[in-house]
Amino acid sequence: MTWTEVFTDYTLRNVALGSAILGVVSGVLGTFAVLRRQGLAGDALAHAALPGICLAYLATGSKAAPVLMLGAALAGWVGMVILIGFLRRTRVDPGSALAIVLTTFFGFGVVLLTVVQKRPDAGQAGLDKFLFGQAAALVQDQVVLMAGLSVVVLVLIAALFKEFKVFVFDVDYARTLGLPTGRLGALLTALLVIAIVIGLNTVGVVLMSAMLVAPAAAARQWTESLGRMILLAAGFGATAGIFGALWSVSQDHTPTGPAIVLILSLLVVVSLLFGSSRGWVWERVRRHRQSGVGA
Amino acid sequence: MSGALAIALVAIVAGASCGLAGVFLVLRRLAMMSDAISHAILPGLVAGYFFARGPNLIAAFLGATAAGVLTVFLVETIVRMRRLKEDAAIGLVFPALFAIGVLLVSRYFANVHLDTDAVLYGEIALAPFDTWNVAGRNLGPQSLWVLAGLGLLNAGFLYLFFKELKLSTFDPGLAEILGFRPGLLHYSFMTIIAMTTVGAFSAVGAILAVALIVIPAVTASFWTTRLPVVIVLSIGIGAFAGLLGYGAATAIDVSISGAIATTLGLLVGGSALFAPRTGFVAQALLRRRQRWAFAATALVIHLAHHRGTDAEVEESRLDHLQAELGWSSDEVNRIVRESEEAGWTIREGDRLVLTETGARAAAGRLVADRA
Repeated sequence: MTWTEVFTDYTLRNVALGSAILGVVSGVLGTFAVLRRQGLAGDALAHAALPGICLAYLATGSKAAPVLMLGAALAGWVGMVILIGFLRRTRVDPGSALAIVLTTFFGFGVVLLTVVQKRPDAGQAGLDKFLFGQAAALVQDQVVLMAGLSVVVLVLIAALFKEFKVFVFDVDYARTLGLPTGRLGALLTALLVIAIVIGLNTVGVVLMSAMLVAPAAAARQWTESLGRMILLAAGFGATAGIFGALWSVSQDHTPTGPAIVLILSLLVVVSLLFGSSRGWVWERVRRHRQSGVGA
Repeated sequence: MSGALAIALVAIVAGASCGLAGVFLVLRRLAMMSDAISHAILPGLVAGYFFARGPNLIAAFLGATAAGVLTVFLVETIVRMRRLKEDAAIGLVFPALFAIGVLLVSRYFANVHLDTDAVLYGEIALAPFDTWNVAGRNLGPQSLWVLAGLGLLNAGFLYLFFKELKLSTFDPGLAEILGFRPGLLHYSFMTIIAMTTVGAFSAVGAILAVALIVIPAVTASFWTTRLPVVIVLSIGIGAFAGLLGYGAATAIDVSISGAIATTLGLLVGGSALFAPRTGFVAQALLRRRQRWAFAATALVIHLAHHRGTDAEVEESRLDHLQAELGWSSDEVNRIVRESEEAGWTIREGDRLVLTETGARAAAGRLVADRA
């Protein structure tokens, strides 16, 4: 096959486009998540989506992507509220709070899956697939839905860029400026949940964490400016999405999600070592020169 | 051994063993490490399968444990490079290892039954079928023995290194100065955590393994601050949740693993809300009490300030207090009641008079604040 098939082959086009969209959205929102040290919140919220998916199906009897996504988003939102409650009102450390929300929600979701299974009509087929990603099975409607959601996300980020910037780096200062910090935080979280829901469908619950963290972590090594970091992260995410999709479609037995994540991991390693802003290798060289030969 | 009894026993022993292992993990703020390990062991399982040329319990166990320790090592290496924070490092490492695992499975073992989704759910209900037979005698489920062994391993490690673990957890700097080797201790500890996660994971699935390791310890710490009590409580809570979750699951016929995780979540949520002193409700009540007590203190300081001066009559009138201290009349009533109950003031007509106790309280509070 040739690279032009990206534009002509139906499956390949959907997979590559869907993965690229996910890469952009998760790169942008991952930047905020990493800077707020919420890198693992994505993992917790992705797992927290399962009961929402099950309840959405139980309530409506529909397995349509928008219905399940809405359920997943609502459950992710509730998970985040509980998480913040633990952090603000108790002495539980962030890691433990994440683990509690993640395992409890997922466990409850597994319980609900067995409830769904017992229903005479359809069974769970497809429901858990929704959570484990099936990029190769993306259809055009889903890609259009993903594109629509990501436009909403990106427009909001662009419109409120200055506010988010102050909020992320200095909450107290943002408050003295009279910015509604509570609402800004809630909005960022809501956007993060949207990115996660898009990602569940594509790379699955386990790999979602890397989709959020990796592009931002790689971008951070090349720049000190938030704007450039966001653009770079989006670029890294999109690149990994497209090449991951190409890799998985061109070879047998290569699922898309892991392919994307491995490319992203490679990008992170290269950036950590050679990033122009904070590259580990450059620092070693500098130190070596400073210490002088034979000193 | 009947199937039901076997499952219940596996659930209880898994809860107790993991509950014990989780205490120091939570205290060292490494709870999400168990989540990372539980996912990252997939390539280790594959490697074990590869080297043993087939399913082999010991090879799988060794491979998975090695992958778990590798996770710890990679995360710490990235953090030590000081380019990324720990949460980002964890969020990078385990998906990468998991992705390698999934890729290996789908490339080389596509025909083998190693379902990556099922790895996450786990199926404790299958426990009775994997029995351990020695010399033709059925000794019960394999996972029961594995989990009990891991429990003993954890107990032995805690017994031998309790002092060192405690010190390096609460004061790592001092531990290093005193010549303990925190690095060696840390890796030994994390190796045992990895083994426990692997053992629990094969019996109950990745997610429940994390729930069983983290939640009992957190729950216990809502009820006591004494470490030995935390340890005993944590073991008890783990075992109790195992039993209760199993009972609930069989009663309404749903997933046992899921029901145990849900039970654990309810236990920690209930503790976070209702635990005495540290719980949400207790804290909210405490804050309210402190607000009124503070206001009453402000009241007696105000009265003491004007005592014996010309303005005393004016300044101690109830309706003046509203304007002076910016309280509503309801608040004044509430605060006056508070200070009367403390024996600080008595009412004389529409005036408040400071008692000797009240004067002493005001003076003592001012001195205490200045000191």
